[in-house]
Amino acid sequence: MSAVGLLFFVAIVGLTLFVTYLASKRTNSASEFYTAGGGLTGWQNGIAIAGDYLSAASFLGIAGAIALNGFDGFFYSIGYLVAYLVVLYIVAEPLRNLGKYTLADMITARFNQQKIRGAAAVSTLTIVLFYMIAQLVGAGALIQLLLGIDYWIAVLLVGIMMTTYVLWGGMAATSWVQIIKAVLLMIGTIIISFLVLMKFDFNILKMFSDVKTATPAGDAFLSPGVKYTNGIDTMSMMIALVFGTAGLPHILMRFFTVKDAKTARSSVVYATWIVGIFYILTIFLGFGAAAFVGSSDIIAANAAGNMAAPLLAQALGGDLLMSFVSAVAFATILAVVAGLVLSGASAFAHDIYGQIIKKGNVTEKEQMKAARFASIGVSLISIILALGAQSMNVAFLVSLAFCIAASANLPVIIYTIYWKRFNTTGALAAMLTGLFTALILVALSPNIWSPEGTAILTGTALFPLTNPAIVSVPAGFIAGYVGSVLSAKADERKYAEVAVKANTGLK
Amino acid sequence: MEQKVERVERSQPVHDYESIAASPEFKSLVRKKNRFLLPVVIFFLLFYFTLPLLTSFSTVLNKPVIGDITLVWIFALAQFVMTWTLCMLYVKKANQFDSEADQVLTKHHKSEGDRL
Repeated sequence: MSAVGLLFFVAIVGLTLFVTYLASKRTNSASEFYTAGGGLTGWQNGIAIAGDYLSAASFLGIAGAIALNGFDGFFYSIGYLVAYLVVLYIVAEPLRNLGKYTLADMITARFNQQKIRGAAAVSTLTIVLFYMIAQLVGAGALIQLLLGIDYWIAVLLVGIMMTTYVLWGGMAATSWVQIIKAVLLMIGTIIISFLVLMKFDFNILKMFSDVKTATPAGDAFLSPGVKYTNGIDTMSMMIALVFGTAGLPHILMRFFTVKDAKTARSSVVYATWIVGIFYILTIFLGFGAAAFVGSSDIIAANAAGNMAAPLLAQALGGDLLMSFVSAVAFATILAVVAGLVLSGASAFAHDIYGQIIKKGNVTEKEQMKAARFASIGVSLISIILALGAQSMNVAFLVSLAFCIAASANLPVIIYTIYWKRFNTTGALAAMLTGLFTALILVALSPNIWSPEGTAILTGTALFPLTNPAIVSVPAGFIAGYVGSVLSAKADERKYAEVAVKANTGLK
Repeated sequence: MEQKVERVERSQPVHDYESIAASPEFKSLVRKKNRFLLPVVIFFLLFYFTLPLLTSFSTVLNKPVIGDITLVWIFALAQFVMTWTLCMLYVKKANQFDSEADQVLTKHHKSEGDRL
């Protein structure tokens, strides 16, 4: 690691800690801790949503996937982007109008029962944990490569940083870390893309023709089918990608950090533009890496292709650009895990402790204390799990988190807002069926079982697909429907209240 | 049990949600919203899933159309254009719905004021 590289790291860590210090002076109430007091503007929250979304998995993972698999790597970009339409058209505004801090708040706005809140908190925590382990394992491996330090030290370092941001700065610090990182990430990506285009004489056609001679896949690189050969599995993955975002707790939580539904709407629009432009640029990152780094060097650095973007930066801009990009990747990981800690902590402290155990009878001070303890708890658990999960495939953990979000959370969100006949039995059935179908099918899938011993356990997978969304998402919807229809009538007066609030923002 | 929990909720000062929900203005707002949202959602989901369906079960998108750029990249780009377009369309429509929602609320506040 060069002196310049170290300087970039120190600068980024210093800047984020300074922001945390500023935020800590204003973080005195539960509302400020969880949602920055609802005081973010549309563009601030929009950049922060984009930041939450452009995780290390997107930046490093998609660039690598396109570099190695051509078009097949671009599937992720498409799925993640169109997912914003699901968020905008179906979920964002009603959620903002009905909820306070968490997803469970929104569902219990209609069904005020402890078991419903409990189930929502459990599914939130499950998703957060899977997502978090994925980010921490990826972070550990990346920092190990970049800084040349041991995996466990890397994981601890990230763990301590994320806990610091959340503990002292709450949502305000987390959001600003997210904003700083998103801006740096866009700058880095635009610089690399510009350099790649320059190498191809600013000719996109030349880029496409040159890249197919540069990769082992040849002509096939420009067409689908290099990696995904099982059509049903591809469909299943695309279902998880497009419906998962609208159920991810750390994304949903972002809609409570603005003052009203109108601002929530405008932040989704900002995020959609930023994320869309970023994903278009992933083509240049991927193609650039394929042409100027070469797939054998990419695979040599990391079999999954995660080092493609930093290696490309080095090939185009030397150590300086490489150091900048690595520091940005580090900031990306820090920002995303901090957001995850916060959403996990809110499920623990607000839903389970505040509303279920203490039945809402908590003082502001107790709430803050619980939230901080929960943040430490969530951080500790995920650090310990990540230390034991070093060899697990990161992409699989992320896609699992998306799949659970789509199966357990999305059906209940949609029914709660739009279906008059929906009731408590249906809500419980939808959440639990979605959650357990996804978990059980993954436990039986080729991710876990492989006859050659290349997965976690040796043996034949009982369920053939790597992503179970094509089964578990409909299972969640069907369970919610059947559960509602077979049980007692819904409370129509309560639905009138939910419909009025969701559509007009009346409090 | 459910009734009890309900009553606790209702002990706070709340609006008369049922009369708003039953008002013709509110009903027309919800109808207009759904008439806009539902077709668009169906459209973008169909458009989106057409891509993996075609790549998984046919090779029509593998054909080069502009130089070496194959049709699948054009279709993928169309997904981006669609997302941005529908995003802007939503904001435009939602702003119209906002003013209608405000009218519903103003009328409601007035009638609530009359009763007091």
